[in-house]
Amino acid sequence: MADQVLNVENLSIDIPLSGDILHAVDGISISVNKGETLCIVGESGCGKSLTSLAIMDLLPQKAVRTVDKLELNGSSILNYSDRQMSDVRGSKIGMIFQEPMTSLNPSFTVENQMVETLARHRNIRGKEAKKLAVQMLEKVGITPAKQRLKQYPHQLSGGLRQRVMIAMTLLCEPELIIADEPTTALDVTIQAQILELLTRLQADFNTGLILITHDLGVVAKSADRVAVMYAGQIVEEGSVYEIFDNPSHPYTRGLLSCIPVPGKIKRGEHLGSIPGMVPSLIGEFTECRFAGRWGDTLGKEEENIAHLVPIEGVDYAFLVHGTTDHVVRFCCNSCLKKSKSKISKGVN
Amino acid sequence: MITYALKRSILAILVALTVSMISFSLLYISSDPAIAMAGETASDADIEAIRELYGFDRPIVVQYWEWLKKAASGDLGKSYYFRTDVSHLIAERLPTTMTLGLCAIIFAIGLAVPLGVASAIRPNSIIDRVSLFLSVMGQALPSFWFALILIVLFSVNLRWLPVSGSDTWQHFVMPTIVLGYYAAPAIMRLTRTGMLEVLSTDYIRTARAKGLRPPVVLFKHALRNAIIPVVSLAAVQFGFMLGGSIVVETIFALHGAGFLAWESITRNDLPTVQGLILAFSLFYIILTLIADLINAWLDPRIRIG
Ligand SMILES: Nc1ncnc2c1ncn2[C@@H]1O[C@H](COP(=O)(O)OP(=O)(O)OP(=O)(O)O)[C@@H](O)[C@H]1O
Ligand SMILES: [Mg+2]
Repeated sequence: MADQVLNVENLSIDIPLSGDILHAVDGISISVNKGETLCIVGESGCGKSLTSLAIMDLLPQKAVRTVDKLELNGSSILNYSDRQMSDVRGSKIGMIFQEPMTSLNPSFTVENQMVETLARHRNIRGKEAKKLAVQMLEKVGITPAKQRLKQYPHQLSGGLRQRVMIAMTLLCEPELIIADEPTTALDVTIQAQILELLTRLQADFNTGLILITHDLGVVAKSADRVAVMYAGQIVEEGSVYEIFDNPSHPYTRGLLSCIPVPGKIKRGEHLGSIPGMVPSLIGEFTECRFAGRWGDTLGKEEENIAHLVPIEGVDYAFLVHGTTDHVVRFCCNSCLKKSKSKISKGVN
Repeated sequence: MITYALKRSILAILVALTVSMISFSLLYISSDPAIAMAGETASDADIEAIRELYGFDRPIVVQYWEWLKKAASGDLGKSYYFRTDVSHLIAERLPTTMTLGLCAIIFAIGLAVPLGVASAIRPNSIIDRVSLFLSVMGQALPSFWFALILIVLFSVNLRWLPVSGSDTWQHFVMPTIVLGYYAAPAIMRLTRTGMLEVLSTDYIRTARAKGLRPPVVLFKHALRNAIIPVVSLAAVQFGFMLGGSIVVETIFALHGAGFLAWESITRNDLPTVQGLILAFSLFYIILTLIADLINAWLDPRIRIG
């Protein structure tokens, strides 16, 4: 596709632990188009952060990345040297992290940290760089921008620091932004502001955005497409409407049942939850990744899997209603069988 | 920054006063100066006469005040042994010790910081192991032993360096190595742990994600933060060196203040000892002041409260 910014195929990340191997990410594929927001959701530890670091080639030293295709704007960056990758980082792909309090260097002013990116990638220095920095700070709603430039991170609140991070990332106008839980550390009102800012700027600059979160409210508000991750794999992927209206994988349905919907939940009633624990990802899988987590929350409707169409050549992967965008994957035959008896069309 | 410097300087003056008070009283409590001055053969009457002559019979507070007033104007009294002004004696000897200390600390930092950084970049690599070995050696080898090895090697066998004295720069080479090598391990280990810690922080990840080149990430973003505790440690080490230089000065017959202190203690030469303690403490206080100011300059969180 011409306007595809990022294409990752069959990405796996293994982390050797003493004597064993942690299969943190297991064969996932994602792609993002210009101006599109892909949300990656999934519970803690399912490999979201590692996936984003793998795209940037910033994984911890001991982690081993294997990937079939890694393309930026249609050309492969898979075999880039460290030096070539560092030209891509910050200029083509920008990254925003979960921890605004610690993600800026405490020893340098906001100006210093913003301007150095411009000098590095766009060779803009001095007055010109400062002017751009001020403009960008104003764009992300920081006033008075000139004074803020002179300040150090410890003089700014968490929300302001995250705005600075966003401004810094946007300075070089990257084609793709990866935001790894950018609002998790902030309080609710600030969260909403930051998200709105991020999606607005993304639309302005027509950048692709990978938004990692485990907040389905965030997904509903900002996503175009959703990839649901579970235990190192993407189990379901589709447009935000498909996923919310017609979740097909039991895990997705479990996640959705955990959101309180006003008017649907009665006083005193328990919120949904997914029973059991995420399986350990150390060593090889002998049984289904979702074993033991089939709770009542997954629906009791009668068997109805007419909407699942098998994809040829890929085990346990299905298209929903034949649409090429909405893909569901099951990890094993028994998992598929169980879900056959539990999945039904059109929940809610 | 200016307010911080001012506050910090006032604190330093207060500390200096306290230290002077303690050193003054300690010496007067530990031995009777009149007896020490009169010598072994003096009669009781002689001792009494000396006591009155030098004012040792007055209340200690008065004596301290008098001493402090004089000390402030540079008059530290006369040495019992040399019969000359203590301030002259110190002024004569201090430059040698200072030169030695300064060379040694520069040597220590120049050796330890690069090694510490290198071993933090590649933990468990060859260079990390070598520097660990060097620092264990540095801590285990007694200075006098290391000094003797150097003398045997460079002076006796190779005849490159003079054994003792303090006339030329060559005389300072071995003392510098011995004294500096002793201080290096702590600086090296602190640099290494500091760098390791900083390299795993979120802001270093940010710096990498911005596409900054590895040297910029290492030296601008990481070292600047990792070096802060090292500055304080180096100041303390420098202070220790002045005391520790007693051994080294004795071995290499460098006639510095350390050597003078050792001589004066054995001779019960109170005014000299007291003057030296004051000089050393003041120097120490100034060092920590400088270290704190450097750190305030490095770390905006100290500077801007
Ligand atoms: N440096 C590392 N060494 C060993 N294991 C690691 C390392 N980094 C991550 N892991 C493991 O890899 C798995 C995936 O981690 P990751 O940080 O990608 O999770 P996540 O989905 O981002 O979770 P969260 O929502 O909590 O941020 C986890 O089980 C984690 O323990
Ligand atoms: Mg994470």
